[in-house]
Amino acid sequence: MFWQKEIETMDRKKIEAVQLERLQWLVKHCYQNVRFYHDRLDKAGVTPERIKTLSDIQYIPYTTKEDIRDHYPFGMFAVPMKQVIRIHASSGTTGKPTVVGYTRSDMENWSNLVARLAVAAGASDEDIAQISFGYGLFTGALGLHQGLEKIGAAVIPSSSGNTEKQVMLMKDFGTTLIVGTPSYVLYMSEVAKEMGYTKDDFKIRLGLMGSEGCTPEMRDKIEEAWGLFATDNYGMSELIGPGVSGECERREGMHIAEDHFLCEVINSSSLEVLPRGETGELVVTTLTKEAFPLLRYRTKDITRINYEPCACGRTMARMDKIKGRSDDMLKIRGVNVFPSQIESVIVSSKSVSPNYQLVVRHEGFRDTLEVNVELVDGTLLERFSELEALESKLKAKLHTVLGIDAKVNLVEPKSLERFAGKAKRVVDLR
Amino acid sequence: MIIKQLSVFVENKPGRLLEITSVLGDNGIDIRAMSLADTTKFGILRLIVNEPGKAENILKEAGFTVSLTQVLALGLKDTPGGLAAVLKILKQAGIEVEYVYAFFVSCAVDYASVIIRVEDNDKAAEVLKENGVKLLDAEEVYNR
Repeated sequence: MFWQKEIETMDRKKIEAVQLERLQWLVKHCYQNVRFYHDRLDKAGVTPERIKTLSDIQYIPYTTKEDIRDHYPFGMFAVPMKQVIRIHASSGTTGKPTVVGYTRSDMENWSNLVARLAVAAGASDEDIAQISFGYGLFTGALGLHQGLEKIGAAVIPSSSGNTEKQVMLMKDFGTTLIVGTPSYVLYMSEVAKEMGYTKDDFKIRLGLMGSEGCTPEMRDKIEEAWGLFATDNYGMSELIGPGVSGECERREGMHIAEDHFLCEVINSSSLEVLPRGETGELVVTTLTKEAFPLLRYRTKDITRINYEPCACGRTMARMDKIKGRSDDMLKIRGVNVFPSQIESVIVSSKSVSPNYQLVVRHEGFRDTLEVNVELVDGTLLERFSELEALESKLKAKLHTVLGIDAKVNLVEPKSLERFAGKAKRVVDLR
Repeated sequence: MIIKQLSVFVENKPGRLLEITSVLGDNGIDIRAMSLADTTKFGILRLIVNEPGKAENILKEAGFTVSLTQVLALGLKDTPGGLAAVLKILKQAGIEVEYVYAFFVSCAVDYASVIIRVEDNDKAAEVLKENGVKLLDAEEVYNR
């Protein structure tokens, strides 16, 4: 199913024509209305007239999260506050939050973009959609809320936390679609089980996962626990919130809304643009944003883009699941390690729970990685040798995936912290 | 003849054993025999209790990883060489012993009680019976 079929199935030539026209408008809009961009472009010797083809984007300097922070709160807004109808902000783990704004037209685009990914995942106006993202300044909850309302689903803004009540609502209201972070949706299934329910007590059929990465292994666990079909989607508040890209039912990459976002993939060290199909840091230009436009924004997210049309009929390019963030990446003994690689190993073992914690230390001039996992398989308790065998098996698999040794510690079930929002799984003690 | 034993995964952290024994005590579970073997990181606590099924559920609800397995309980002659005599019988029959541990001492009986874990309970029970070793039944173990 499609929400805006004509757009979602445009041929590549048409997509590029739309992108060029919008890029030219955007550069002009930024140059004329944002002091920061005006100075940046002047310094780089680029005038809006210089943009004649899509590849001319290379003359424009990158924008970073630090640039946005430096202009806190509204220094990068491109319209007068009179035209802004919504303000959101992303949680700043360090210092001030990143503040973004939306005009009426931005809001309309945003809800249509979320509607596209919801419909692509199989959602419809028949659905009863429960949103277990935390509401507030965070774009995730309201973003999905507006998009699902747009397609006519019955939206339950249950927000996050109070998990037993969430489960009760899911059951009593006959929720058919759940929106949440993968770790929280999985945690909800544990709580439902503790409350004495089985998956047959629920009508849940679809899960829209977001806000944190979801490996295929994690997705399988969620699908098994709830008996639902889960898709992944991608976005970030600076770009618009959720709606930048999302999986269709084939789940072979997340379709980028290329009519609104021009994506590039770069090498985060050399800052060179990589050829199509290579893996690197995603850089996004927001082609239609009025209130908070971004030119070549460095997302720090590592992915790869596939421009082949999809069997679902969509021609919009597909990006891989985020492999990691260039700043989440752990450098251990000189090797790049992404928590998502470790997750894929942990989640595929039936003997341990999908919750895990990584502890990185520096001991005797050497980095060490410890992976704490919760033992849930009682049948291994007959012999120490079986527990040791499980540790060695996980260790060997981690070594295959990461290329370095990691210590595996078995801990008691539910002894690791659960997260209602984005899971924080790394403890770096270096 | 076959006795049910609980195995509980315990992390080497202060207070874990206290928590397990408290939750069992609060629920009226009587511990008949126990053994705790540990490595530097974790241990396996083995318990014989008066109501194994109930205790398993209580511990699972309290968030522990638990399993229920079958073992044999033997009443031995309480004299020097009593255990050695039984182990010799098993060795001669080619039955390997995984582990053995003793009961809490009770003066009410005139024999020493041990729990024994072997690969094949039925075969071991048969061999021991043939050689006149007293096998305790579940009723004797759980409720005496």
